[in-house]
Amino acid sequence: MEGVYAFCVGLLTACGVFLCLRGRTFSVVLGLTLLSYAVNLFLFASGRLTLYGAAVLGTSDNYSDPLPQALVLTAIVIGFAMTAFLVILAMRSRADHGNDHVDGRIPSEPSLVQRRTGRRG
Amino acid sequence: MQHLPILPIVIPLLTGMLLLLPPFGHSLPRQRVVAVAVNLALIAIAAILLQRTHLDGAMTYAVGDWRSPFGIVLVADRISALLTLLTSLLGLGALLYACAGDDKHGMYFHPLFMLQLMGVNGAFLTGDIFNLFVFFEVLLIASYALLIHGGGKQKTRAAVHYVILNLVGSCLFLFALGTLYGVLGTLNIADMAVKATLLGPDEQPLAKAGGLLLLAVFGLKAALLPFYFWLPRAYSSASAPVAALFAIMTKVGAYSILRIHTTIFGADAGALAEIATPWLQPLALLTLIVGSIAALASPSLRTLTANLTLVSIGILLTAIALQRADATAAALYYTIHTTLITGALFLLADMIGRQRGKAEDRFVASRRMQRPVALGVAFIIAAVAVAGAPPLSGFVGKILLLQATEGPLEASFIWPVVLISGLAAIIALSRAGSSLFWRHSDDAPVAEPTPALRMIAVYMLLAASPLLVVFGGPITEFADAAAMQLHNSAALGGLMQQGGS
Repeated sequence: MEGVYAFCVGLLTACGVFLCLRGRTFSVVLGLTLLSYAVNLFLFASGRLTLYGAAVLGTSDNYSDPLPQALVLTAIVIGFAMTAFLVILAMRSRADHGNDHVDGRIPSEPSLVQRRTGRRG
Repeated sequence: MQHLPILPIVIPLLTGMLLLLPPFGHSLPRQRVVAVAVNLALIAIAAILLQRTHLDGAMTYAVGDWRSPFGIVLVADRISALLTLLTSLLGLGALLYACAGDDKHGMYFHPLFMLQLMGVNGAFLTGDIFNLFVFFEVLLIASYALLIHGGGKQKTRAAVHYVILNLVGSCLFLFALGTLYGVLGTLNIADMAVKATLLGPDEQPLAKAGGLLLLAVFGLKAALLPFYFWLPRAYSSASAPVAALFAIMTKVGAYSILRIHTTIFGADAGALAEIATPWLQPLALLTLIVGSIAALASPSLRTLTANLTLVSIGILLTAIALQRADATAAALYYTIHTTLITGALFLLADMIGRQRGKAEDRFVASRRMQRPVALGVAFIIAAVAVAGAPPLSGFVGKILLLQATEGPLEASFIWPVVLISGLAAIIALSRAGSSLFWRHSDDAPVAEPTPALRMIAVYMLLAASPLLVVFGGPITEFADAAAMQLHNSAALGGLMQQGGS
């Protein structure tokens, strides 16, 4: 179980970092979402992985650490709020700059469409 | 009186919510009155807290009366009380300036401002590392909204970078927290300090990784060298009162480095002692150098001020990296000075920009200013203080840092960098002043009046610099005592263990 768990966290983190490094706000938002999932799983595992463990004293012989669950809950809530804010900000940036690049302009080779509009303007 | 440590957090929170409700929600004048009154109350509370912690030692506040290593605990010692007072003083200056008209450009300025104060105060007062994360998020989300307050393309672009970088930073923060919790089994800073000394050799690398990851996160908030690229654009595009308030935000990162890497990974931590120093010291000096070069190349007064913030962070972290009580005391003195003066300089740059028409605060010839004398006097005070030239407080702060270096080796790499950065700041500021005030055309001044409130706000913040010199004796004594308290982490740990008793 530990191996699969660690692999999942690692894969999510890798995908998240990859997407965060892209230049478009949409992929960055997706990347941050994946990163926060990875973080939540990681935090959850920081209290050791226990199967069928109760988080409340006196209900079972097999206990799991309740604190990481509280931490994950807080982290999820904060992550939601931040992602929502980032989505709104990305839409605002799209409206202000006319494109969805994080720098507000497309830095690469001008595409066919841009060259055409450039000639017209 | 026992609830004193939580008041600087609860009062801005309640005020922020109150300002959204009917009697205040749609009336800017009422919001202004309430916000200024609450800010004055915060100054009074922080002053009382400072006095109490100075006389009676550190105060702890167990939230919900849960015993200390298990529940969340707030800790007010001399440093956190001092920084809380500093926050509310800077907040008053920024707020008075905003009341002269900047809060009209968007909605909810005052509630957001209050929530920002709450986040900053919370980050200073918490004794629990997860709570530190939560307060970081509170202050960050308020700062995101304040940064784009008023709107515009520049602000949106700067905000996108700022928000994304800080969200990545928050993810790293949680990774570091998870690692440390997995290794140490606690989140209370004092408890972590105790547990860190007891770690076995196979767990030490993990704790070290967590600690260094935290250094990276706080370095991002404090704008340490590889992570500083968001700062100049974000600070120079924010509206003036917001940029002035942000002068305390980088200090929150520096404070967290000081707190975590002195209390948990301090000199007493055995194998984990001072893990940050080999990274922090060169990076801080490099930040100082890069900041100075960027200051020389700045095209406008706001960019220059933003880059001078980088310089001040470099000096501050150099002092913190020395990991000695006298260096920490120098860092504290320098923090008070640089926060208030940088804040004043951001406000001043905005006032100058408003009077120069299209040229704004760029260093180009433009029409003359309406009130060159009042602004010029303010500029010269700020410039002398920021550059660290003799009569004012920047000089004292730098002297304290230079005196804190021990031995020829440390002195040989810290003295030249600090002194040359001072020279660079003098060159950059004299270029700024001469082109802003002396190179002007014969056009009539812009007819926009300068509200007296703005002048008052700027001069109030600037007054800190001579006051810091006049009362230099008591303030350095206090800073010494505060630094001793921090570095004597065993005693502090014992205090925190008692919890709310």
